[in-house]
Amino acid sequence: MSYIPGQPVTAVVQRIEIQKIRDGDNLILGFSIGGGIDQDPSQNPFSEDKTDKGIYVTRVSEGGPAEVAGLRIGDKIMQVNGWDMTMVTHDQARKRLTKKNEDVVRLLVTRKSLEEAVRNSMMQPR
Amino acid sequence: MDTESTHSGYSHHSSRSRGSNRHSDRSRDRHKPRSRDGSSRSDRNVTITSPAPENTLLGEQNPTPADPQDDNWGETTTAVTGTSDHSLSQEDLVDFSKEETEGSVGKLGCQRFIPLALTLILGLLVLVTPLAFLVLPQLLWPEQLQACGTACEGLFLSLAFKLLILLLAGWALFLRPTRAALPRLVVFRALLGLLTLLLLLSYWLFYGVRILDSQDENYQGIVQFAVSLVDSLLFIHYLAVVLLELRQLQASFSLCVTRSTDGEIRHYNLGQLSIQRAALVILEHYYKDFPVHNPALLTAAKTRAAKHLAGLKVYNVDGPGSETVAGQSRAKMAAAARHRDTTHNELYYEEADYDRRVRKRKARLVVAVEEAFTHVRRLQEEEKKKPPGEVMDPREAAQAIFPSMARALQKYLRTTRQQHFHSMDSIQSHLTFCITNNMTPKAFLEKYLTAGPTLQYSRDSWQARQWTLVSEASVTSGLRDGTIFVLKSADFSLVVTAKAIPHIKLSEEFIHPKSHKFVLRLQSETSV
Repeated sequence: MSYIPGQPVTAVVQRIEIQKIRDGDNLILGFSIGGGIDQDPSQNPFSEDKTDKGIYVTRVSEGGPAEVAGLRIGDKIMQVNGWDMTMVTHDQARKRLTKKNEDVVRLLVTRKSLEEAVRNSMMQPR
Repeated sequence: MDTESTHSGYSHHSSRSRGSNRHSDRSRDRHKPRSRDGSSRSDRNVTITSPAPENTLLGEQNPTPADPQDDNWGETTTAVTGTSDHSLSQEDLVDFSKEETEGSVGKLGCQRFIPLALTLILGLLVLVTPLAFLVLPQLLWPEQLQACGTACEGLFLSLAFKLLILLLAGWALFLRPTRAALPRLVVFRALLGLLTLLLLLSYWLFYGVRILDSQDENYQGIVQFAVSLVDSLLFIHYLAVVLLELRQLQASFSLCVTRSTDGEIRHYNLGQLSIQRAALVILEHYYKDFPVHNPALLTAAKTRAAKHLAGLKVYNVDGPGSETVAGQSRAKMAAAARHRDTTHNELYYEEADYDRRVRKRKARLVVAVEEAFTHVRRLQEEEKKKPPGEVMDPREAAQAIFPSMARALQKYLRTTRQQHFHSMDSIQSHLTFCITNNMTPKAFLEKYLTAGPTLQYSRDSWQARQWTLVSEASVTSGLRDGTIFVLKSADFSLVVTAKAIPHIKLSEEFIHPKSHKFVLRLQSETSV
């Protein structure tokens, strides 16, 4: 998850599809997010680079749709349904995840272990 | 007058023998308006270089040296030695009506008392006129006057008190001791005097025509007439206060005063004043702000400058026709640039050496003075019974301890080149003063360690007694942005530049007290 200013951000991502559950009047996904370009990035416990202002998953509720779909705590969300999440405010991120007319959200998330897994798989002799 | 006929004869004679351009120069000079700022003479002194006839026309110098192109100078030159500063010429007579000063700061002349005399006469007129208005009807036609009762008495009272107030205020404002004699008369004062005179004259005119001639019987009207005069005079006094005192209180110019010899700079804020009054204010500040002018400190720079000049001599090998002043100086500058100059080295080491010497002497002086002061102690109350031979008054005590520090002090003063400012008597009296007032040795020494303001020293070491105001604009015109004038003294001059204080445009911005809102920068967590 390194970031070179001016260059496109490259990351190894995992595609996660979450089905929203109806809870009363709301559709919930079952996780909490933190971060955003209007927030203080130095307080983010999950990021490697403490200036990273991206959206991170800070909590995943037990047995919720997010956990079922494979979202883990500490994941950085890169895209939601095609919308970029690397340069959004906290409120914009929340809005994009909780659109009332969408039942399913397709996320692209990245985490450190993904990169290591890819590297390991590439280094293993076949 | 002698000088006048001499002038005309000379010009007539020489117009025939000189060239045409000389003649036009001289006629231009004669028609030049005689500008009367106080230094016009010295201005012309400075600018004249050649041709010689112009000098003698103005009658300032001794007979000039011979003009090389005129062979019969012995017949045409007239020794005009009569016009010096002490004799009268035509120009001087014209100026007697104005207050012109040539003397030094302390000189008394009858010209100094003319404004005072005029003020007193005017004051007397002001006092007498309303009383005359009241008294004359009583004297001239007492039978026909109507007796007026309480209204008149009220008016008498008010007249008396207003007159008293007017006299007190006039005394406070106008009869202060004059602090200086200015080259030209102060415009505002003259204006006010004229206005007062005009007022009095017009009142007397009305009085004479309407009351004396027709022998008016309405005494109350006459008293009211007198009271109105005193009211108008009070308003003129108010105008005087505003014009003379209040107008220049608000600062609108910042004046930068530079001393020409050693570059001391001070800045003063003044209001709107005429140039001569501004010069007066600056001179008053000069005596208390500028450190005393010490010509002995400037000799080092002068010797360096002399060395630069004397280093190169230019010889002309091509004959007398090809020599120009500009060519010579250019040659000198080129040679000086190539010359490997070590004077900066000398200056550096000289200054370092001087600093060391001064500090060494100062250390010895401080120790000597402290030791001397320990020998003297104030007599305690319970010791009053000591034998009278041991009890001394301050002068004797000072004389007793002075010899132990005299040598160190004198050496220090010699090193810092201040010895001509302090005589032994002055040092001893200062020591007496310090002992009387329980001062420490450091307090005693401060006077000698730093150069104080000019007023602190005795009059003969001031070197700044007679001042001349040199200005391109008329000295009664007001200060403007960029006005420059020079106050010349015998040894140095003060160059004064005026800059206007900028017009400040202040705008307001209203902040509602409830508009101060803050948020904490947190990592907020939202569950989706």
